[in-house]
Amino acid sequence: MSEPMIRFDKVEKSFGTFNVLKDLDFEVARGEKVTIIGPSGSGKSTVLRILMTLEDITGGAVYVGGDPLWHEEKGGKLVPASEGHLRQMRTQLGMVFQSFNLFPHMTVLRNLTEAPRVVLGLSKAEAKDRAEELLELVGLTEHAHKFPNQLSGGQQQRVGIARALAMRPKVMLFDEPTSALDPELVGEVLNVIRGLSEEHDLTMLMVTHEMRFAREISDRVCFFDGGKICESGTPEEIFGNPKEERTKQFLHAVLEGD
Amino acid sequence: MVSWTDYLVPLSQGAWVTVQLTFWSTILGAILSFAGGIGKLSPIRPVRWLSVTYVEVFRGTSLLVQLFWLYFALPVAGDAIGVNLRLPPVTAGVLALSLNIGAYGAEVVRGAIQSVSKAQYEAAKAMNFTPRQTLWRVALPQAIPEMMPSFSNLAVQNLKDTALASLISLGDLAFKAEQLRNYYQDSTTVYTIVLFMYFGMALVLSVLMRLLERNVGRWRGARR
Ligand SMILES: Nc1ncnc2c1ncn2[C@@H]1O[C@H](COP(=O)(O)OP(=O)(O)OP(=O)(O)O)[C@@H](O)[C@H]1O
Ligand SMILES: [Mg+2]
Repeated sequence: MSEPMIRFDKVEKSFGTFNVLKDLDFEVARGEKVTIIGPSGSGKSTVLRILMTLEDITGGAVYVGGDPLWHEEKGGKLVPASEGHLRQMRTQLGMVFQSFNLFPHMTVLRNLTEAPRVVLGLSKAEAKDRAEELLELVGLTEHAHKFPNQLSGGQQQRVGIARALAMRPKVMLFDEPTSALDPELVGEVLNVIRGLSEEHDLTMLMVTHEMRFAREISDRVCFFDGGKICESGTPEEIFGNPKEERTKQFLHAVLEGD
Repeated sequence: MVSWTDYLVPLSQGAWVTVQLTFWSTILGAILSFAGGIGKLSPIRPVRWLSVTYVEVFRGTSLLVQLFWLYFALPVAGDAIGVNLRLPPVTAGVLALSLNIGAYGAEVVRGAIQSVSKAQYEAAKAMNFTPRQTLWRVALPQAIPEMMPSFSNLAVQNLKDTALASLISLGDLAFKAEQLRNYYQDSTTVYTIVLFMYFGMALVLSVLMRLLERNVGRWRGARR
């Protein structure tokens, strides 16, 4: 039971000769809400993309729910994961993208029912019930039959959140969910995420530049710098009393405008 | 004394053959386009090679040669190995036209599938769709509207190419025109009518393709 939901064990990630993650050790407990902050290019998105299996690793191992993500055990040895293993592992993860990435040719409802139906094998009625429940959760019930391009950015992102939740993941990954939004639309999306953060079972890992929000909902904040965790602690520790010089500089720079 | 209206009946018969040739070779060509275009992107290597070979061979040789090869050379090659590969002119014509248009269409299909943004493929993966589900449910519905303008061009191109089928004695519009001209020695009138007939057919085809384009355009999502 003490096994963390997510564990990075000496993870390396390089693009060609460029090392993005260096010997990264990182854990997220079950149900924990963790926020990653850090400067551009520090590898924040890469961590989420590795978990969503959008990016592979070049060294070390990642565990989700105790099972290796990018490897599988065969004859007592860890070998690179097959597509079947990755598919199995993906059922535990859901991702919300910075630019929403909704399916533009499907209605809102269809965006939410398509994968539960064809991937999870839900019946039409089951998928619809599930979708309607989620639309209510994100406050978009009356927009079910619209297409994504008929919605505001904030509404689209709420659909993005509902779409990911429709697969009933154990871990939700948010990659700068409000960065592409006009300032006046940020609040509605954060409200939805705030609501989710009260769900005890759901593990959340979020990259954001919304420092006040991070402070409010996170159990823990990790400051990334140069592909490593520079400092990690409770929001009070990180925002109130950062120890590392780099953290202080970063927070000073981003909070200046606040 | 013959009047120009006397040409209309034989020419209309020819035009009808042209319409049928165009119709069937465009349909079959569209199927080959998807097979070739999707095949070129297949993770299975032999499928990819087969598709690449098909596209390169048929784009790299002239339609006329392909037509003659299917109609004249194939039966001889068949005889050599003891198989009857004699094709009726219509079959040879439709086959040559669709293989040719399919090779060009395959490039259109491949390009359109590849132009679907990486973000869409990533979203599909995050939703745990299989590669096949991703192709049919996410990529193609977005790619097909992008293909339509090129497909319209190819269909009109195909209509014009059917004239080559007259060279294997298919009684299409060009063939009838040639017959009338030989008989009445009235090139100007005959070819002027034929010109307008091809133009009229191309116009109708363009309108039909435009309607189809608008129809599949809905897959893009709502009008803004
Ligand atoms: N596919 C790729 N090929 C090459 N380099 C890449 C690729 N993806 C990311 N990188 C590089 O890896 C580094 C880390 O990228 P990442 O997206 O994880 O940063 P980030 O911390 O999310 O930054 P940001 O705040 O700008 O989103 C960057 O320098 C980026 O240029
Ligand atoms: Mg990023």
